[in-house]
Amino acid sequence: MAETHADEPTRRDFLYVATGSLAAVGAAAAIWPLIDQMNPDASVLALASAEFDIGAIPVGQEITVKWRGKPIFIRHRSEEEIAEAESVDVSSLPDPQPDDARVIAGPGGELEKQWLVVVGICTHLGCVPLSYRGEYDGYFCPCHGSVYDTSGRIRKGPAPLNLEVPPYEFVSDTRIKIG
Amino acid sequence: MSGESTYTPGNGFSRWLDDRLPVMRLVNDSFVDYPTPRNLNYWWTFGGILTFCLAVQIVTGIVLAMHYIPTTELAFASVEHIMRDVNYGWLLRYVHANGASMFFIAVYIHMFRGLYYGSYKAPREVLWILGVLIYLLMMATAFFGYVLPWGQMSFWGATVITNLFGAIPFVGEALRTWLWGGFAVGDPTLNRFFSLHYLFPFLIAGVVILHVWALHVSGQGNPAGIEVKDPKKDTVPFTPYATIKDAFGLVIFAILFAYFVFYNPNGLGEPDNYIEANPLSTPAHIVPEWYLLPFYAILRAVPDKLGGVVLMFGAIAILFVLPWLDTSKVRSARFRPLYKQFFWIFAAACIGLGYCGGQQPDKILIHVGDGGFDVTDLSRILTVYYFAHFLILFPVLGLIEKPKPLPESIAASVLPGTRQEKATS
Repeated sequence: MAETHADEPTRRDFLYVATGSLAAVGAAAAIWPLIDQMNPDASVLALASAEFDIGAIPVGQEITVKWRGKPIFIRHRSEEEIAEAESVDVSSLPDPQPDDARVIAGPGGELEKQWLVVVGICTHLGCVPLSYRGEYDGYFCPCHGSVYDTSGRIRKGPAPLNLEVPPYEFVSDTRIKIG
Repeated sequence: MSGESTYTPGNGFSRWLDDRLPVMRLVNDSFVDYPTPRNLNYWWTFGGILTFCLAVQIVTGIVLAMHYIPTTELAFASVEHIMRDVNYGWLLRYVHANGASMFFIAVYIHMFRGLYYGSYKAPREVLWILGVLIYLLMMATAFFGYVLPWGQMSFWGATVITNLFGAIPFVGEALRTWLWGGFAVGDPTLNRFFSLHYLFPFLIAGVVILHVWALHVSGQGNPAGIEVKDPKKDTVPFTPYATIKDAFGLVIFAILFAYFVFYNPNGLGEPDNYIEANPLSTPAHIVPEWYLLPFYAILRAVPDKLGGVVLMFGAIAILFVLPWLDTSKVRSARFRPLYKQFFWIFAAACIGLGYCGGQQPDKILIHVGDGGFDVTDLSRILTVYYFAHFLILFPVLGLIEKPKPLPESIAASVLPGTRQEKATS
């Protein structure tokens, strides 16, 4: 021990560092389950997709369904509502997105413009907006005053983004599968 | 300040114990013979009052947990069960719910006391920082607790607060899902909040021990803001002087507490929380509990989502560095003519922010034509003042202010005889 030089790493130094590193890796591995247990569990993930019948919704009306614990607005848009959504200058929007990008194609391969499906959660702080309210005939959030249009796009207020379009597909003409 | 221990074991058993675990010595040196400045006023009784509040919350909380069920199906019903069926359940719940408000009233007085008398200055920076830490833990505990009854405000309060974390760039989304344990506030969220609500008070108790330890290392501050010079003249023993004064302050405080519990138990709460949580319908007007309103006002004052979150947390974080922002050598506002005025402006600004946080953001206060000066405008002005008070006034005042002369000693500041002597000499 006495003849080792301070500036020259010894076998013992190496063993200290190696042991310490292994202990750190071991501690991190032991902590990970404690952290990851808080992520969504298998039973929550099992409810990740659901099918809904939309055939009974008349034109100009909307239903709210629950998917993953969140409200989903399914709106059967009228011609005027679609026209209103399409007539906007996209580049003037806070979160620019054309109306075509917010609807999907049905089983026939054509865009199902009459169906708007959005997550009914304000992108500001998570409140549920009120339907058919606000100056753009879309949605109005009562919490902090965000206003969305008939395409669920943010037009006014503190919310940064458009209402989220969930992943969904048409199973048939009158059924959609969300998730 | 602790000085030499003056404890002398009285009998054979205490001598035997003292050699093995000197716990009686610790109690005696900390709470009996402990020298306290002789000029302490009633603003110094809030430490004891806060200890009482913590004890009340822990005792009533443990008992309530025996009857409460943390699932979204049963939480709301189990709280009603406590109110209607459990023996004295109404009393325990009202004490616990109002106890949280009382705790915050006391902690705000305690903190403003510290700001007025410069209690955060050297050598008490760590003492102050530990106090801010306790305050943060208190806010987290209160938030978790407020979610448990699973009313509309519980649910939407939890939704808004957890969504704040979604504003963090890159990791926000993942962090939010992790906090929720799902894709929205739900069963896993309620269950973990209950677990944490039970844990946090014990963390607070732990930090309180450190807080008292730090206090007993530097010694208590005092209204004159000068250090003890001669312990014989400047101090009195903790017992009976401080114990009796604390006890009297506590009794007055308990009367206020009892008023709320027995005569106005829901006065500080929101009626919407007696409606069971409904994830599909947001109440028209979401407000947090009164003690968080100033921070809520700051959050809403900023038009940018991330910016609002940063400023809101910054408003608390800035307290941690306060000891280094204040450049004045003089502690007590008694001898700082300028700071004294700004202290009261700051207090008014905080109350003003609290008012703004409770109002609709677009409520017009002063009508001008079609629009006018609304709540958001007022919160913006007050938010700017809040930060300017810390970042500009504290550093600048210390440099430009001419403080009044400090008293010679603590004894001289309170004993008229000595003061006259000094004046004539």
